[in-house]
Amino acid sequence: MKKVLLYELAHARSGDKGDTVNVGIIARKPEYYELMRTYVTAERVKAHFGEMVKGSVDRFELPNLEAVNFLLHGALDGGGTVSLMTDAQGKTFSTAMLRMEIPLPDGFAL
Amino acid sequence: MADRDTIRIASGQGFWGDLLSAPISQVRRGQVDYLMLDYLAEVTMSIMQKQKTRDPSKGYASDFVPLMGEILPDCAEKNIRVIANAGGVNADGCRDAVLEVARKAGLAGKVKVGVVAGDDIMHRLRSLVDAGHELRNMETGESLETVIDRVMSANAYIGAAPIVQALAKDATVVITGRSTDTALTYAPMMHAFGWSSDDYDRLAAGVVAGHINECGAQSSGGNSLVSWKEIGESLGDVGFPIIEANRDGTFVVTKHEGTGGRISRAVVAEQILYEMGDPREYITPDVVADFTTIQLEDLGNDRVRVHGIKGQKATDKLKVSISYSAGYKAVGTLVYAWPDAIEKAQMADRILRERLDRLGAKFDSIRTEFVGWNSAHGALAGPPNPDAPEVEFRFAVRSTDRNAVETFARELAPLVLTGPPTVTGFAGGRPKAQEIVAYWPALIDRTQIEPGLRIEVVDA
Repeated sequence: MKKVLLYELAHARSGDKGDTVNVGIIARKPEYYELMRTYVTAERVKAHFGEMVKGSVDRFELPNLEAVNFLLHGALDGGGTVSLMTDAQGKTFSTAMLRMEIPLPDGFAL
Repeated sequence: MADRDTIRIASGQGFWGDLLSAPISQVRRGQVDYLMLDYLAEVTMSIMQKQKTRDPSKGYASDFVPLMGEILPDCAEKNIRVIANAGGVNADGCRDAVLEVARKAGLAGKVKVGVVAGDDIMHRLRSLVDAGHELRNMETGESLETVIDRVMSANAYIGAAPIVQALAKDATVVITGRSTDTALTYAPMMHAFGWSSDDYDRLAAGVVAGHINECGAQSSGGNSLVSWKEIGESLGDVGFPIIEANRDGTFVVTKHEGTGGRISRAVVAEQILYEMGDPREYITPDVVADFTTIQLEDLGNDRVRVHGIKGQKATDKLKVSISYSAGYKAVGTLVYAWPDAIEKAQMADRILRERLDRLGAKFDSIRTEFVGWNSAHGALAGPPNPDAPEVEFRFAVRSTDRNAVETFARELAPLVLTGPPTVTGFAGGRPKAQEIVAYWPALIDRTQIEPGLRIEVVDA
């Protein structure tokens, strides 16, 4: 089965709330939404980030925007001014998420 | 104003330190009715509190005052009204400074300046906690007692009602403290259209408009992942977003003609998802908005129509933003060059840790990053490039013991002569120990805050 990076299917923006990062992923075309929605589960996102996310992952669908929003808890070394990370505001978690590999179903054309 | 069916609300600043030319463009390069400016982030209040402690006349967004000197004549001439949470922890001081520049600009008797105050509960914290308002940390559940002696600022997030009152008193400029970012945009809609406080769908639409306006150019092509290459250098003259709000709660996101950037469905969708929690419950002091009901329609020519938004009654709590002193940190960097740049930086890391250990410096946390390899994407960046032309070694420490942090600050530079070779980038001097001001979000009964709000409007 052919695999593509989520980056080819979606764009994204991320931000912070305390020690939590939110990553919203948005289908680049409406026809990509269903594939993105079914494959990118909270479990797969948690596994994708591994040690970078200490806490749980929450997931919310926004079918109106062909988007899915994720909350990654415990991802910012305490967050805000406490964090020692370069990316203490989680701004680059968006494209880190889009590194995920997605298997393309047979006959699915990008 | 009450008989108009459409008003234009321009975004002028997305944070304290945003593009200073943006609000000037907004009032000069096309027609707008209102200009909103968002100055406050989570830790901004504590910075302002520190400034006020040193000088009681300070404690607000100082940039706002010369900006008003610059644009108030335009606003007076074109009947543009300004709403800004520039007041920080000293809205009255900010008001006095704005009155002064207004008079200097020859606007005495021609403009009115309003303040909304009463969000500051710093002086009431002890009595609130003693009266049973626990102000537990919303994220960790901890009691405020654990940090109450180290609190540096405490402010409740205020909704739109007091801003609407100031507008009703004909304020040209409304200066608030910790108003919510979104209220700065929908208060004018409530004022102009006479929306009632239980018109939840329209208020929710106003909140979505506010969320689109509050981060400035992030809605008009700045920081846009989806089309940054096509938008390109047009960002040099980026037009900040403008909400064309209709009486029925629908609105169009646009920008002035001839400005750079882009407003498209995809660009606006990215901003809607920014700092999003549960999209079904976007909680504000005035309404709970459901972001899964937002419909976006791309009209072309940098216009996106927004409609369909639903909302529900607000909760009986207000959010409180508390900041407290939480120890010290320092960050230092060095640059290592080819060959074996990353291997050298990793060796420097081991040597520095051993020396700090030997000196008995105790830290709550030490973090090493290699900028150019893994400082953004961590382990997802994959293995390092063995042939990397260079890498920045970034070493950061945190401790409640200031001396430990100072020890690190002294130990970094010696690596230049006592560590791995081909190292540079130390000209900035020693890292500085900074006090950490941490954020403590909590909830409070709104009955403790709202009756004590003060709204005043005076002539320049």
